[in-house]
Amino acid sequence: MRSICFYFQVHQPFRLRRYRFFDIGKEHNYYDDYQNEYIMRRVVDKCYLPMNKILLDLIKEYGTQFKVSFSISGTALDQFEMYSPEVLDSFKKLADTGNVEFLSETYSHSLASLKSKNEFTRQIKEHKAKINKLFGLVPKTFRNTELIYSDEIGAMVADIGYKTMLTEGAKHILGWKSPNYLYTNAINPKLKLLLKNFRLSDDIAFRFSERSWNDWPLTTDKFVGWLNEIGEDEQVVNLFMDYETFGEHQWEETGIFDFMKALPQAVFKNSNFSFNTPSETSEIYQPVAKLHVPYPISWADEERDLTAWLGNELQDEAYDKLYQLEAKITKCKDEKILKDWKYLQTSDHFYYMCTKWFSDGDVHKYFNPYGSPYDAFINFMNVLSDFEIRVKECK
Amino acid sequence: MKILMFGWEFPPHITGGLGTASYGLVKGLIKNSVDVTFVVPKAYGDEDKDIRLVNASDIVLNIFDKQFEKYQKHLSYIEINSKLVPYQTPEQYFDLINQEEGGRKETVKNIYSEKYEFSGKYGSNIMEEVRRYAMLAQEIAKSTEFDIIHAHDWLAYEAGIQAKKYSNVPLVVHMHATEYDRSGENINKVVYDIEKRGMDAADMVVAVSNLTRNIVINKYGINPDKVVVLHNAVEPINKMSFAGEKKTVKEKIVTFLGRITFQKGPEYFVEAAYKVLQRDDNVRFVMAGSGDMLNKTIKRVAELGIANRFHFTGFLRGEDVDRMFALSDVYVMPSVSEPFGISPLEAMRSNVPVIISKQSGVSEILNFALKADFWDIDAMADYIYGLLQYDGISKMFKEHGKTEVDSLKWENAAKKLIGFYESLL
Repeated sequence: MRSICFYFQVHQPFRLRRYRFFDIGKEHNYYDDYQNEYIMRRVVDKCYLPMNKILLDLIKEYGTQFKVSFSISGTALDQFEMYSPEVLDSFKKLADTGNVEFLSETYSHSLASLKSKNEFTRQIKEHKAKINKLFGLVPKTFRNTELIYSDEIGAMVADIGYKTMLTEGAKHILGWKSPNYLYTNAINPKLKLLLKNFRLSDDIAFRFSERSWNDWPLTTDKFVGWLNEIGEDEQVVNLFMDYETFGEHQWEETGIFDFMKALPQAVFKNSNFSFNTPSETSEIYQPVAKLHVPYPISWADEERDLTAWLGNELQDEAYDKLYQLEAKITKCKDEKILKDWKYLQTSDHFYYMCTKWFSDGDVHKYFNPYGSPYDAFINFMNVLSDFEIRVKECK
Repeated sequence: MKILMFGWEFPPHITGGLGTASYGLVKGLIKNSVDVTFVVPKAYGDEDKDIRLVNASDIVLNIFDKQFEKYQKHLSYIEINSKLVPYQTPEQYFDLINQEEGGRKETVKNIYSEKYEFSGKYGSNIMEEVRRYAMLAQEIAKSTEFDIIHAHDWLAYEAGIQAKKYSNVPLVVHMHATEYDRSGENINKVVYDIEKRGMDAADMVVAVSNLTRNIVINKYGINPDKVVVLHNAVEPINKMSFAGEKKTVKEKIVTFLGRITFQKGPEYFVEAAYKVLQRDDNVRFVMAGSGDMLNKTIKRVAELGIANRFHFTGFLRGEDVDRMFALSDVYVMPSVSEPFGISPLEAMRSNVPVIISKQSGVSEILNFALKADFWDIDAMADYIYGLLQYDGISKMFKEHGKTEVDSLKWENAAKKLIGFYESLL
C-alpha cells in the first residue's frame, strides 16, 4: 500500500497601492484595498468555494478514505475575515470532517526563516494561534513559505517542536534519489521530510491545460497509470500545489474540476494508493535516509532556489532595509505598526521585484500589480521610507 | 555587395540622431565587409577618413543636357528658393507653381548651375537643396557601381528615387523620423508627400522601431510586407575618458539632453523637476541642448521658482556630451514621440541610469531602464527620486545597463541589414 499526499497552498498578500514619494510622511495607508478585495472575490468565486465544495462532496462520498491538507497564510485568513467570511465557513466545514489537515506556517508568508529566528518563531506562534482560534485545530506539520528549506531551517523547525515538514523534491538536491520516500533533516533526524514530486504535481498544476503538451489531455486513467509505474517499494507521492490551480491557473473550462472529482474513484479502482494527510504519512512510513540541503531550496521557478525573491540588487536592498527595522519594532507597541510590519514582510513583495525574464515570467505576472520589477521596488521602498519614519517615532 | 547611400548630415557636423545613426550603420556595414559609398550634401573634410564620402557640392552638372528639362516636370512639386520658413503652406506652393509656368527661369537657373554649394543644414532654402540633391543623384549613380540604393530620411528620398530610375537597382528607404514625430498632428504636407512618395517607390522601408513601423503603415498607408524594423545601436566608448571627472557641486545631477522642442517633451522634464525639488533639494537639474522651445522653458523654470537648481548648458557637442554624462546621476528622456532615441544608450554606456518615455522606439529593446508615459509627471518624479534615494536600483542599472548597451552593436544591426539587402537581390 502506498500513499498520495495532497497539499494545497492558500495565500493572498496585502498588495500595495501606488505609493509615490510625495506620500512619504503624509499617507500611512499602504494597501490597495480595492484591488485586494477584487482579487479575493474573484478567487473565492472561481476557486475556493467551488473547489471546497467538490472536496466536501468527495469526503461525504468516500469518508475516511479521502484526505487532503491545506496551509492557509495569516494574510489570507485576515483577508477572508475582511472580504469574504463565507470562505472561512467553507474551510471550517472541511476542518470539521476530520479528513483535512491544516498546516503551520509563518503568519506573513514571509522569508523570516532566512533572517531572524526570533521573528520566524514569533510568526509561527501567531499563525498557530489563529488556526486554532478559527478551526479548533492545532497544526502538527510545518511548511515554510513557498516550501523554502535548508538543513538549518529544518533544524530550527525541529527545535520549535514539529516532527514533519514539507519541501520541494528538487533535482539538484536529490540527484538520482526519488522524492517518493520519507527523509530526515540532516542536522536533527527527528524531523521527517515530505518531498514534493514535482513532475506529477506540475502535470496537474501547470501542464494540465497545455495543448502543446505531449500528454494532453490528462485523464484520471492516464494519471493513475503513471502512479502505477512507480516502483512498488516507493512509499508516497506528494502532490503539492497552489490551491489557485483549481479554477484560476487552470480555468474551469479545462476540466480541472472534473479531473479532481473523478480522481479518487480512479485511484481506488485501479491502484493500491490511498490518500493520507502529511501527519499520517509521517507516522505510517519510515524515513530512508538523511537529506542534505546546505543551501536553501524552494518550489519556485526552474531553479528551485531563492532567486525568485532574493539575489538581485533590488530585492536584496529592500529585504535588508526592511529587516533593519526589526530591532526597533520589537520595542514598539503600536498596533498599526505591528500590523504593517506583518504585511510588509510577505514574500510576494520581493517576488514582484524579480528580474528573471524568461519562461517563469508568466507565473510572476499573475496577479502582479506592477508593470515592471522597478516599479515594484520603488513603490515598496517608498512605503518602507514612510514606515521607517513611523517606527522611529514609535514609543 | 556594394551599397550607394544618400544621407544628409554626417558626424561631426550633426544636429541630431540622423547623422549618428548613419555613421554607425556605415561603420557596421564596413566591418561586415560591405562596400559603402555615402553621399552627403556637404562634406567638410574633417569626417572619418575610412568612410568613402561623396561630396555633392563637388558634383558638376552639365546643364545643357536634355534630361534636365524633364526635371522641371518631375521635381516642380518641390519648392525652390523659399526665403521664408523652410516648410511652406499649400497655398504658397500653388503660387510658385503658377509663377514657374510663367517662366521664372532665373530661380531655376540657380539649381541648374554647374556646381551648387549645399549648406547641408536645415535652413530656409532646404527645399531647394533637396531638389538639387535629387538632380545630382543620377550623375552620382553614373560614376559608382552599386547593388542597392539606400536613402536616409525624406531629405534623401528623392535622390534615391532618381538613382533607382537611372540604374534600376533595388531602393531601400530608411525612416529615422517621420513628420508625425517632428510635428505631432500639424504636419507639413509637402514633407509628408515626399516621405510617402519615397516609401511608395522603395522596394523596402526600414523603420528604426516598431513604433515608427506602425506610423509608416497606419499614417502613410505603406504595405506592411515591405516595412521592416532595424533598431539603432550605439558606438562603444573606447576609453572612459571622463571617468575621473569630478563634480563641482555636491548635489546629485539629473540631466535632459536633446533638442528643446515639442518632440522631446522638455516641459514634462521641468514639471517633474519641480515635484522632486519640493521634497529633495539635494539635486540639480540640467537641460543640455537648444531649440525653439528654449526661451519658453527658461520662463517656466523662473515662474516655478526653481531657477537656482535648474541649469541650461546650450548645445553640447562631441566630448562635452560625454563629459555631461560623466557628471550625471540620472538621465531623463521624456520624448513625446521618439522614433528611436540614441541618447539614452549614450547615457547608459557612461554608467548613467535612464528614465525614458514609453513612446519611444528605444524602450522596445531596453530591459534596464525605467519607462513612463511622457505625460506621467508623477511617475517620472517618483522614478527620479527612487533612483537618487535607493541604491539598489541605481546600482543595478549602472552595472547591467552598461552590459546591455555594450551588446547593442552596430555590427549586429548591420548584419541584420545585410540580410534585408540580400532578400532584395
